[in-house]
Amino acid sequence: MIALSDFLILGALLFCISLAGIFLNRKNLLILLMAIELMLLAVNINFVAFSHYLGDTAGQVFVFFILTVAAAEAAIGLAILIVLFRNRRTINVGQIDSLKG
Amino acid sequence: MVFEFPNFVPALAEIFVLTMACVVLIVDLFLTERNRVITYLLSQATLLGAAVLTVSLHNNSTELTFSGGFIRDGMGDVLKVFIYLVVAVVFLYSREYLVVRKLFKGEFFVLGLFAVLGMMVMVSGHSLLTIYLGLELLSLSLYAMVAMHRDSMPASEAAMKYFILGAIASGMLLYGMSLIYGATGSLDIGVIADTLRMSPGDDMVLLLGLTFIIVALAFKLGAVPFHMWIPDVYHGAPTPVTLFIGSAPKIAAFAMVMRLLVDGLGPLHVQWQDMLVILAALSIVAGSVIAIAQRNLKRMLAYSTIAHVGFLLLGILAGTENGYAGAMFYVLVYALMTLGAFGMILMLSRAGFEADEIEDFKGLNERSPWFAFVMLILMFSMAGVPPFVGFYAKLAVLQAVIDAGLVWLAVLAVLSAVIGAFYYLRIVKYMYFDKPGDESALQSNFDMRATISANGLLILGLGIYPSGLMALCVTVLR
Repeated sequence: MIALSDFLILGALLFCISLAGIFLNRKNLLILLMAIELMLLAVNINFVAFSHYLGDTAGQVFVFFILTVAAAEAAIGLAILIVLFRNRRTINVGQIDSLKG
Repeated sequence: MVFEFPNFVPALAEIFVLTMACVVLIVDLFLTERNRVITYLLSQATLLGAAVLTVSLHNNSTELTFSGGFIRDGMGDVLKVFIYLVVAVVFLYSREYLVVRKLFKGEFFVLGLFAVLGMMVMVSGHSLLTIYLGLELLSLSLYAMVAMHRDSMPASEAAMKYFILGAIASGMLLYGMSLIYGATGSLDIGVIADTLRMSPGDDMVLLLGLTFIIVALAFKLGAVPFHMWIPDVYHGAPTPVTLFIGSAPKIAAFAMVMRLLVDGLGPLHVQWQDMLVILAALSIVAGSVIAIAQRNLKRMLAYSTIAHVGFLLLGILAGTENGYAGAMFYVLVYALMTLGAFGMILMLSRAGFEADEIEDFKGLNERSPWFAFVMLILMFSMAGVPPFVGFYAKLAVLQAVIDAGLVWLAVLAVLSAVIGAFYYLRIVKYMYFDKPGDESALQSNFDMRATISANGLLILGLGIYPSGLMALCVTVLR
């Protein structure tokens, strides 16, 4: 039997990996978008685990909504990425710095 | 399993806006460039229709529907009507600017209407799921609106920054929600509050979830230290979109804070009060001080927003009915002042010229004494000078904070407001005592002139009679 805490630790680990991916990555915007997806998946693990152990289906319904929203978010993120690439010819995070002050 | 048919009546305004947004989307496809004004008029009609529906469905009782996921109450109705009003004025101010820059496309209005729908769902959300879905509908529309000017380098960069930081904030919010769900066993705001009232709130999972939710709310509101995106997005986005982001979504964000922290996690007030104290103190000080160094008016107003968010949090953290009413009064007044300030930037802009530097306001008094006076009203009100409404908004939240026993915080806020007054008054000095850079008279449509004058006079009028709006806020929150 896998305990609830094991799932929560897995979820927390994935969440930390995605945060590290966002804040340490200085090269590529695509990796940033992947890290954001990973963050939402980490949350899904939490919801499914809680939902199973509480015997309540609402958490699993929430997961379906998160998956749908994540797809829409990825679509908008990639669209903005393309607009940015057409203007700047780069998707390097370090070079996206023209707005300052 | 019995399927119960939900009561659709409390959500009629939302259903109407959704239908009309889809209609506008399709009608726009069949319009030529010359007839585009039909899209604009349809959008305004939608907002008007939604306002009529919301007002006619208004009563003092509270109705729950969709298995407790949706609530219609007095606070929600008032906030929604203000959201329609603010967005209608945003569309009106933006029209000429967009036409001149060949950005007058259906997308702006369709995305705007979907953002309105998202805000309405946020205001009426009574379960973690509905609040999250409303927030995402709003955010996704705003990301696309910022990137709408496709050939503009700053706009695309601002959109990317906004998207990434917004997505991180959503992730934080979801993580917090998952922990709250685990600790209380329900997504329903009412059930969460009941569960928390039964058991003492010193559960580690609960506190961790609360912290994540506060961080996410601070991101969305733009409170220091989670404010990094505000100046860049305000500066980089096209001015009409900045106007949109800066005004109505703050009203919706206030509603989200009320639903999550006060209605849902209210029994944990002691715990979240301390966190909000830190956020509010940092926001007020940082927003007031950093704004002094800005030369760009949009950036300066961004930092001024951060300071205003700090004041808004003061009212909420007090945790009393007067505090919530003060915060609600503050956010409504703030939205009206922001409309006017960005509206002035839009009015002074011409083809190929953005009036977004502070220097562009030099000598406005010689070019147009009346609009210089309107800008003076707006700046004095933002600074919190007595006869104008911004003063009463600040007074209301400061009283609530003093009643809550946090005198040092009130003193800090007042000192920062005095520092902040410097950069608002600098604009007044530029307008009245400097020579204009260009002498050309202001050119703008009649509807723009009339609305911006009304906007300024409303700030003055509410300053003279603030009691009506204040009484409304107190009544709906009781």
